[in-house]
Amino acid sequence: MISFDNVSKRYPGGHDGVSNITLQIDPGEMVFLTGHSGAGKSTMLRLIALLERSTQGQVRVGGRNLTRLRRSEIPYHRREVGMIFQDHRLLHDRTVFDNVAMPLIVAGMGHNEVSRRVRAALDKVGLLQRERAYPITLSGGEQQRVGIARAVVSKPPVVLADEPTGNLDSELSQEIMELFQLFNQVGVTLLVATHDLELVRRLRKRTLVLNNGRLVQDHHSF
Amino acid sequence: MRATSIRNKTSASLSRRRQINPRIWLIRHLQVALSSLGRLARTPFSSLMTIAVIGIALALPSGLHLMLSNIRTLSNSWDGAASISVYLVQTASDETAAELAKQLHTDPEISEVRVITRQQALTEFRQMSGFSGILSTLEENPLPAVLVVKPDQNLNDPGKAQNLATRLSALENVEFAQLDLQWVTRFHAITEIANRVVWVVASLLGLAVILIIVNTIRLEIQNRHAEIEISKLIGATDSFIRRPLLYSGAWYGLFGGLVSWLLVTLSLLLLSAPVSRLAGLYQSDFELAGIDFNIFILLLSSGALLGLAGSWIAVARHLHNIEPN
Repeated sequence: MISFDNVSKRYPGGHDGVSNITLQIDPGEMVFLTGHSGAGKSTMLRLIALLERSTQGQVRVGGRNLTRLRRSEIPYHRREVGMIFQDHRLLHDRTVFDNVAMPLIVAGMGHNEVSRRVRAALDKVGLLQRERAYPITLSGGEQQRVGIARAVVSKPPVVLADEPTGNLDSELSQEIMELFQLFNQVGVTLLVATHDLELVRRLRKRTLVLNNGRLVQDHHSF
Repeated sequence: MRATSIRNKTSASLSRRRQINPRIWLIRHLQVALSSLGRLARTPFSSLMTIAVIGIALALPSGLHLMLSNIRTLSNSWDGAASISVYLVQTASDETAAELAKQLHTDPEISEVRVITRQQALTEFRQMSGFSGILSTLEENPLPAVLVVKPDQNLNDPGKAQNLATRLSALENVEFAQLDLQWVTRFHAITEIANRVVWVVASLLGLAVILIIVNTIRLEIQNRHAEIEISKLIGATDSFIRRPLLYSGAWYGLFGGLVSWLLVTLSLLLLSAPVSRLAGLYQSDFELAGIDFNIFILLLSSGALLGLAGSWIAVARHLHNIEPN
């Protein structure tokens, strides 16, 4: 589903985000990405979502060669990749419903279909009752769940999460991980960047360890 | 095996999602247009300020244009009144004058001939000049008979009327024929210059409107930075992000056009009473013409187009700077 072939990303000024990464993630896999901060976890996710382009090597997602993707095709690629952020990235002047509906509206979906799907996604993350609330009135864990609902509402085959539990206590983190496992069970390929090693160990999933932009370990389970 | 099936599903769904139902597309446009309008309404003070500035900028050239076209109507009515005075020789009798008038009446370039007999001329001169005392001491009527010739309507070109006058001068019993159109020609030249001035002013102020809207939309882009960034993250195309901003620009321009119409119409109302009083003093029933429907539509649509152009420039200039990170 996702493949890196000798991929490097060098930022202007000479700093290497990642260097010479080669890996393969199969469809339906759930993979953790760990390493100290600055090790290149975010850079890898950014390369997959085409927030950045590699300076060397090829990144492929779902058979699509991202190196060759034209600028005008990037939006269509991003619709296939759901993204979850540590800081949620919700719009605070819109209700929970409107936040979650954004990817569907962007994709030009009709009103009824949008309502149906948004409610289904909110139901999955347990926030159906709060659809009219504004994000600011929700707790951190709830806001993160809204972010998750937004990432999966358009049923993308790939979901990326960048430190999704970074600001949450262990109980809430556990809930979020259970949600991820739920999505994974229906065939979504998940790539979760985290430095919460305890959580990673408990879930027994494939784990990629980055150090200074290099892939140093690739465990299939602990 | 499983890998291929999901991959196929992915690329299939990608192509499916690119095709947007035209009905939904239309509804989306309508929604975006209305929500841009709602956005303007949410900040009424700053929106009104922008709209007022645009309105004033558009009102100036349209007001000047209106003034000019009013002056033109006025000068056209003078053109129509332009006639050739054909002075007959002193010896020509009233019968000769009537005979000549009859003859000229058949001329295709002439629409009307009026005879002023020598006696009529004298009476009129007495009344108008105030020299009646002196005139009565004269033994003989010093005034010739005059034929007032009105050129055909098609002959409103001053040059052709002048040719006609020359031709009439050459006729037997005619002393000379005078076409007093020189000032009309000059007036035409002046209005032509004024017309150019209106165009120059209109272009400059049109440019000003574009710049105002560029700046307004630039601020709007700054205010919506977070929204634009997230939209890009979740796969919004450039045109999707552009659309509400372009609609905002068009709305600003449209309302600016409306305000300019209002301003010009109000100024006209203020002017119309004194103008008709002045016209009354000149025995004229001239009245100021207002903005007609065509000009009204032109004003609105040029406002909207300028708005669209301005927001397009702002969007092209600033939207690419926002990239999600």
